[in-house]
Amino acid sequence: MLKLPIYLDHNATTPCDPRVVEAMIPYFTEAYGNAASRNHPFGWKAEEAVDYAREQVAKLINADPKEIIFTSGATEGDNLAIKGVFEMYATKGNHIITCNIEHKAVLDTCKHLEKEGAEVTYLEVSDKGLVTPEQVEAAIKPNTILIALMYGNNEIGTLMPIREIGAIARKHGVLLFTDGVQAVGKIPVDVKADNIDLMAFTAHKMYGPKGVGALYVRRKNPRVKVTAQMDGGGHERGMRSGTLNVPGIVGFGKACELAMNEMQQDAERLSKLRDKLEGALMQLEEAYINGDPAHRLPHVTNISFKYVEGEGLLMGFNKDIALSSGSACTSASLEPSYVLKALGLGDDLAHSSLRFGLGRYTTEEQIDYTIEAISKTVTKLREMSPLWEMYKEGIDLNTIEWAHH
Amino acid sequence: MAYSDKLLDHYNNPKNVGTLDKSKNNVGTGLVGAPECGDVMRLQIEVDENGVIADAKFKTFGCGSAIASSSLATEWLKGKSIEDAIKIDNMVLVEELNLPPVKIHCSVLAEDAIKAAVNDYRKKNGLEEIQFEESVVH
Repeated sequence: MLKLPIYLDHNATTPCDPRVVEAMIPYFTEAYGNAASRNHPFGWKAEEAVDYAREQVAKLINADPKEIIFTSGATEGDNLAIKGVFEMYATKGNHIITCNIEHKAVLDTCKHLEKEGAEVTYLEVSDKGLVTPEQVEAAIKPNTILIALMYGNNEIGTLMPIREIGAIARKHGVLLFTDGVQAVGKIPVDVKADNIDLMAFTAHKMYGPKGVGALYVRRKNPRVKVTAQMDGGGHERGMRSGTLNVPGIVGFGKACELAMNEMQQDAERLSKLRDKLEGALMQLEEAYINGDPAHRLPHVTNISFKYVEGEGLLMGFNKDIALSSGSACTSASLEPSYVLKALGLGDDLAHSSLRFGLGRYTTEEQIDYTIEAISKTVTKLREMSPLWEMYKEGIDLNTIEWAHH
Repeated sequence: MAYSDKLLDHYNNPKNVGTLDKSKNNVGTGLVGAPECGDVMRLQIEVDENGVIADAKFKTFGCGSAIASSSLATEWLKGKSIEDAIKIDNMVLVEELNLPPVKIHCSVLAEDAIKAAVNDYRKKNGLEEIQFEESVVH
């Protein structure tokens, strides 16, 4: 029997794997020591657990455990990496290269630094949502200190050519930071092979708990340092003060270990389900895939259904299926997704998009139900869409003088 | 965001979806909004010889609140004279559907659509178009 509602919003967050929760529980009630308490068994036990988790996390990305700085999540990691590098390397330069579809935690951090004297280049992505290594290389200047580009995009799932960009960064002696939130745990990410110098990622996107993440900071070739953004006890090699979230870190470690072991089979299974979903929905007229089908995460797709509005579409099934839309009819600005707009999508297509993020517990039965529900709602809403009627009558919508609001 | 039952009912079972023959002299059409804004509403009225709205139809591209606002507006219009129709206040729709603040623009759009449909009818029938004050909330 199919249980409703169905969760297909795994880019927003994932459920905790029960094996993760099980690993965490003793650290709330029994081994509750402070990992920084060096003088009694409670502290030792907590420190031991953190050390073990640090190994699990490091192994997943082919890093050394000493290169893992635990944080509260990826927003903190993004802030710490970008602001920390900007302050630490101030004498080397002030130029940062990023792109226009980064997460807000990166874009707004860059904007913040612009007020403090940073010079930021926002590379424009292609209509598929990618920047090329050539674009990056062309943007490098003598005062460039950091390239900040995401590994995988949260809305469209496209994967940047990080390995090639890493090689360029290395060649020019510029640091590479990547927001690995959507990619780590879903596809193999190797900080050594990719020449990544700093990378933020978080537990709750890979079946771990919310409120804990990590920043990878390279220690060798080159040794990278960031200026701490919070003052305090000097935890995490002085880069991130604050009592460690021991149960969260234990859960994060377990989630990384599970991802390491199960990533490949999860990815193979989910890409088949994703392709089935996408193939069926693309049977609808005037449906368009956003992003790059050749370079993207295995469990993600983003589709626009022209002539229906995304939020109106969601209302047709959102009590049964959890999805998100690129439409932002609820926001005060009424602006659709800046990511989709950056691909050059017209506002009409950007308003008409749905984002699907499949996950470890997604079943074929759920996908079949979703295909049915969405196809039915799209058809129904098109029957009541004046734009669909005009399209069917062969009227070019661009020739109409719209009363803009 | 939780929507009211009434709003959900208008979304799930919209009243008066359809198209009237806009070539007819007694049919007025209002098309408001823009695809870029995520809302386009087309509202049509058919007026009888006594100046009373005998039928009203809509088609809307937009969110659930926009669809519900237009559905409710067509229901509200039927049986009204064209003079009374333009007295509509969007706040009636807001209250009836319990629209949240971010959705008030949907009701304004419905109000604008009604006024545009009435003016289209007046123009077709040699009557002077009415100048409305610019709506403020969008």
